[in-house]
Parts: sequence; C-alpha cells; structure tokens
Amino acid sequence: MADIPLQLEKGRETDEYILSMGPQHPSTHGVLRVVLKLDGEVVKDAIPDVGYIHTGIEKLLENRKYDQIIPYTDRTDYLSAVNNNLAYCLAVEKLLGIEVPERAKIIRVILAELNRIMSHLLWYSAYGMDMGALTPIIYAFREREEIIDMMEAMTGGRLTHNALRIGGFKYDLPSDFIPKLKKFISHFNDRVDEYEALLINNVIFTSRTKGIGILKKEIGINYGVTGPSLRGSDVVYDLRKIEPYSGYEKFDFQVCTGKNGDTWDRCIVRMNEMRESLKILTQSIDLLKEGEIMAKVPKIIKPAPGEVYAAVEGPRGEVGVYIVSDGSEKPYRIKLRSPSFSNLSVLKEIVVGYKIADIVAIMGSLDLVIPEIDR
Amino acid sequence: MELIKELLFNTDKKLAEFYLWAKNLWLSFGLHPVFLDIIIQLLVVIAVAAFLVFNALFIIYYDRKVAAKFQVRYGPNRVGYKGILQTVADTIKLLIKEDINPDKVDKVIFVLAPFLVFIPAFMVFLVIPFGKGLIPADLNIGILYVLAITGLSVIGILSAGWASNNKYSLIGGLRSAAQIVSYEIPMVLAILAILILAGSLKMGDIVNAQSSISKWFIFLQPVGFLIFLIAGNAEINRAPFDLPEAESELVSGFITEYSALKFAFFFLAEYTNLFLTSAIATTLFLGGWQGPFLPSFVWFIIKVYLVVTFLMWIRWTFPRIRVDQLMEFSWKYLIPIAFLNLIITAIVVKIV
Repeated sequence: MADIPLQLEKGRETDEYILSMGPQHPSTHGVLRVVLKLDGEVVKDAIPDVGYIHTGIEKLLENRKYDQIIPYTDRTDYLSAVNNNLAYCLAVEKLLGIEVPERAKIIRVILAELNRIMSHLLWYSAYGMDMGALTPIIYAFREREEIIDMMEAMTGGRLTHNALRIGGFKYDLPSDFIPKLKKFISHFNDRVDEYEALLINNVIFTSRTKGIGILKKEIGINYGVTGPSLRGSDVVYDLRKIEPYSGYEKFDFQVCTGKNGDTWDRCIVRMNEMRESLKILTQSIDLLKEGEIMAKVPKIIKPAPGEVYAAVEGPRGEVGVYIVSDGSEKPYRIKLRSPSFSNLSVLKEIVVGYKIADIVAIMGSLDLVIPEIDR
Repeated sequence: MELIKELLFNTDKKLAEFYLWAKNLWLSFGLHPVFLDIIIQLLVVIAVAAFLVFNALFIIYYDRKVAAKFQVRYGPNRVGYKGILQTVADTIKLLIKEDINPDKVDKVIFVLAPFLVFIPAFMVFLVIPFGKGLIPADLNIGILYVLAITGLSVIGILSAGWASNNKYSLIGGLRSAAQIVSYEIPMVLAILAILILAGSLKMGDIVNAQSSISKWFIFLQPVGFLIFLIAGNAEINRAPFDLPEAESELVSGFITEYSALKFAFFFLAEYTNLFLTSAIATTLFLGGWQGPFLPSFVWFIIKVYLVVTFLMWIRWTFPRIRVDQLMEFSWKYLIPIAFLNLIITAIVVKIV
C-alpha cells in the first residue's frame, strides 16, 4: 500500500508529479485511494490502492452458522443488499438441494429489481455530483425514498434489509406493498425521462462523457469486468438472461448494451436498465400467485461436504458466492466475488492519457462501492 | 412627503444641493474644502461597504433559497423569519472558528491572499451607478477601471493556490489564472462594442445613452450580452465554470486549506463578484437604473437581481465543463464571435 508512490516515482520525469487522490476525497465514493502520476492535468499513470476499510468479512463468515451469515452479506455491497442475500441464499440452497416456492421466487425478483433501481438511482445522483451538477441528486432521491419506504415496510430495514432467508422468506409482503408498487410503476418511467433530460442528455454532459474512457471488449473481459460497465462495451453478458436464476427465465426483458464502451455508453446502459427493471416489476405483479413463501428447511443447517458457486446479476455486475462445506454447521470457507473489485482493476487501462476531471467521470461510470472491494 | 418624493426620484439634484449647502457651511468655518471632500468620500465608502456586506449576506441566503426551489426542497427556514438570518448565523460561526494555518504554508502570502481577492471585488463598486446621481465616483475611464480592477483578483487566487502548499490548491489556482485570462478577452471585446455605441467610457454616460427601453443595449447588442454573461460567469468561477474550486475533482481547489475568517472572505468575495457581474451587465445592457414609476435605485436592484437569478438558474442546472473544453470554448468560439460582433457593430455605426 505505502509503496505505491515509490512505484510511480521510478522513471518519473521532472515535469511530472504524484498526486494521492484519496482516501479522503469527495469523488472516490468512500475510502478508496488512487495514486496518480500527472503531467499538469494529464494523467500518465494511475494505481488504485484498496484495503482501507478491510473488515475481514470472509474470515468472519467462517465462524458463523449458515443462517447467521445473511446479514453480513448485506454489508459488503450496502447499495444492493438483496442481490447479495440472493447470491448467498442461492448458493446454500444449491448446496442443500432445496427448491424455493414459486411465490418466494417472484418476491425475490421484485425485491432484487427494486434494489437494482435503488442502486442505479444512487449512482445517477452521485454521478451528477461528480460531474458538478448538484441538482440531479435531489430528484433521484425523491424516487429512491419511495422504494426505500417500500423496502422498509417489507423488511424493516432501509438500506441493509436482511430480507431473505435460506429457502424463501420469513414474512410475506405487507398488504399495501403491491398497491404502492403499482403507484411507483405508474410514474417512474416519466421520471427516468426527466433524469435523462436533466443530466444525461445535457450538452456539457455528453461532451464530457462521449469518447472518454473507452473500455475495449477484450480488455473488459480479460479483467473480469461485469455488469453495466461491461455491457456498455457491447458485450451481451447478463446472468439474468444467460444463466437464469430465481425464475428470471419467465420474464421478458432486454439486455441493454452500449456501442463504443465509452463513459456515456455505461451511463445510458444504466438508465435503460432502470426501464427494463420496471418492465420486470410490471410483469412480476401478474406472475405473483398466492402460495407458500418458505421451503422446508431443516432447523440446523448442516450441508453435506462439497463445494458450490452461485452468482446473480447485481447492479454492478456478477455477485458470486463460493462456499466450501466440510459437513459442519459452519462453512469451511466462503469466497465472495465482488463486481466492483474487478471493475476497479481495469481503471488503469482506461484513464491513462485523460485529464483529472475525466478520472472522476470514468471512475464514477464504473459505479464503485468501496466496502464491497475491501470486504 | 414632497421632500421624500424629491429625494427618491431626483436624487442627483438633492445630493448636489446638499453638497453645496455643506460646502458653504464648511467654508463659513474657514476650513479648506479638500477636507470636506475627503470626509464625504469616506462616508460614501462606508455606505457602499455597508450596503455590500448586507447585500452579500442576503445574496447567499437568496442563492440557497433559489437552489432549494430548483431542487424540490425548503432551504434554510429555521433562523429568523423563513431562515433569513441563516447567513448571519453562518458568518458568526465562521468568525468564532479556529483559524488554522497549516505548517508548511507560505505564511505572508497565505494570509494576504483572501484580501487580494476580496478588496478588488469591493473596489469596483466605486464606479457602479446605483441610481440617479448615486455613483460613488463617475470616473472618465469608468469601464476601463472596472476591467483593470476585476483582473486583479486573479493574483489573489493564484497566490492562494501557490501559498497553500497543496497540489489541489495549486491546480485550482493555475486553472483559475488560465480561465480568467482567457475569458477576459471576449468580455472586453463585448464591452468594446458597447463603447462604440455609447461613445464614452464613463458609466454615467453609458446609462444615459440607454434612455428609453428601445435604446437598451441588450436589444442593440444581443450577441454581446450573451458573450458578456458567459464570460462574466466564467470570471467569477461559478458553475458551469467553477473549475478552480471543482469539488469533485480538486476537493475545494484554491480554498482547500482555508478555514474560518479567511474562508469567509473568499466566500464573501465570491458572492460580491456575482452581484458585481450582474450589476455591470445591468449597467451596460439593461439600461442601468432607468425605468418608470419606481425610484431609480429600486429599478437597479430589481434588474440586478433578475440577472443574479438567471446566473443562479444556470449554476444549479448545468454540470461542470472540462478544463480543455473551457479553453476551447473561449478561444475557438467566444473570441471569434466577439470579434465579428465588434466589427459588424463598428461598420453599422459608421454607415448609420
């Protein structure tokens, strides 16, 4: 960690200087540090430095029983708690061979998609701030608040919901959830148009993002970039489509992709994804039938020895959970695959040669969540 | 009643009468008239400074309220009636905060810089015609003086950036220098076209040349007005041209290391500059203090606040422009257009 400036110091020209951006910086969205080698305003080299809020979650999980682990997964990527829960629960269910009831599956999809919209809205508002537009944040938070209220009514939590259980849900949807959801669906599409008019289609915004930070297909795949960041480069990779889980195969939706892989494409992919999520939500209301919400799960979860990997499409990309079981009540090892970590690793490839202001724009377009990187 | 009406609508005559009366009184004591002028000038300076400080307090509050309106929220509403004393509370907070001087700063320049930014902003008001006869000094070189003094503030910003011994501050200072230098040119060119029309550098004459609404220079010089607004907005470092203090890039730019009172001075200067740019725009393009029914300085304040609101509207809507686009915009677009505008104006004036 500490020797990154020294690494950059090697071969430094006299007119270049080193700037440590972060760990306390308004636009690294948490305690991320990026050490930059600059020539005036132009970036010559950039090395991200992670680990400032390493909490050792993976190690912690080895000392927890299977059903105690769910709230920890909330805290890795606190902006898409449900998607993390889902990845973990799917893995354990795979390990135990449990089939989740139909209704629980649909509710999981509803919560996961609401979570995706929530996360994208936060990205939108934070990205507006990164670009110097201070107004979009309030508009996006207005709708985000609606979703949070819904989630709160359902789970009792506003950000870290701890919503799912292994095998389904503990509680069913509250009675006023569906009417609220319908109300939200009825006006949200117009709001997305409003967001686009306010920021994404603004002439200054487009001129600052188009052609900036181009992520080539091959580089993105090589670095393991996933989610909207990769789809911006015209790669049709969405786990909801190619490896459907939790009943996603029943839904009709498009995988949004960009053309050039520049910053603007990554932005527009996220905006369109919000619309697609809305489509899924609309269909889910019709698909939601009365029924069980919890599968038969043993009181003490003791999976047979073995290994399992389950992954879901989170708002930032592939959220993967790899579990090794030794047959005891506690997992032998859990490895979390966090999309932000892989997405950040590509930073160096796409920022060199651009300006300081572009670094902020490019980093914002990767939609990083730092606790997820450090874990 | 009559007297108040006279005072409100014929301020210039009343002031002249008062000056004559005071001068006679002064001379009857057998004193040298120069001292009277000095005393009167001091009074004027104090009055203008007091007005500007209170105005800055209000304009900060106003900015926050306007921002709140654009952002579907309330804005300050706790301190005083509808939060009108919020800025006063904030100022008191800044005054009693610890004044931090980081260890490795260039002490003298670091302390001096806020004043180098703040003083020019106030000095320019010497030639701003607030109303009929309400101009602290109607210099012959009026507008030239404005341009010369506003250009000085870049020294303060640059030295703040340099003295802070912080890379973010330095980048901010350098950005600001580049920005102010390149946007001063289109601004001067836009003003030159006005001078051709008005035929004088004197602020009073420029206002008098716009005696009726059809003669307002905004109608004769619409392109010039736009150029002036854009360049003026860039001069005072407000969004979308707030690169020197771009929060998401440079933390706070040249203000990063400043706290307490020194920060307050930068803040005060920023909002005074906002008012100043709007005041100059009003004087040059919107007929200054001229208008029917209402007293002249009321018209002036109304017009200035219209421009201020417009600039705030822009600020709270647009994202920030990038540094190379900023330069490109000035040198590739604004300056050629301003030149063209100037040449066309000159030709048309010659022909007509």
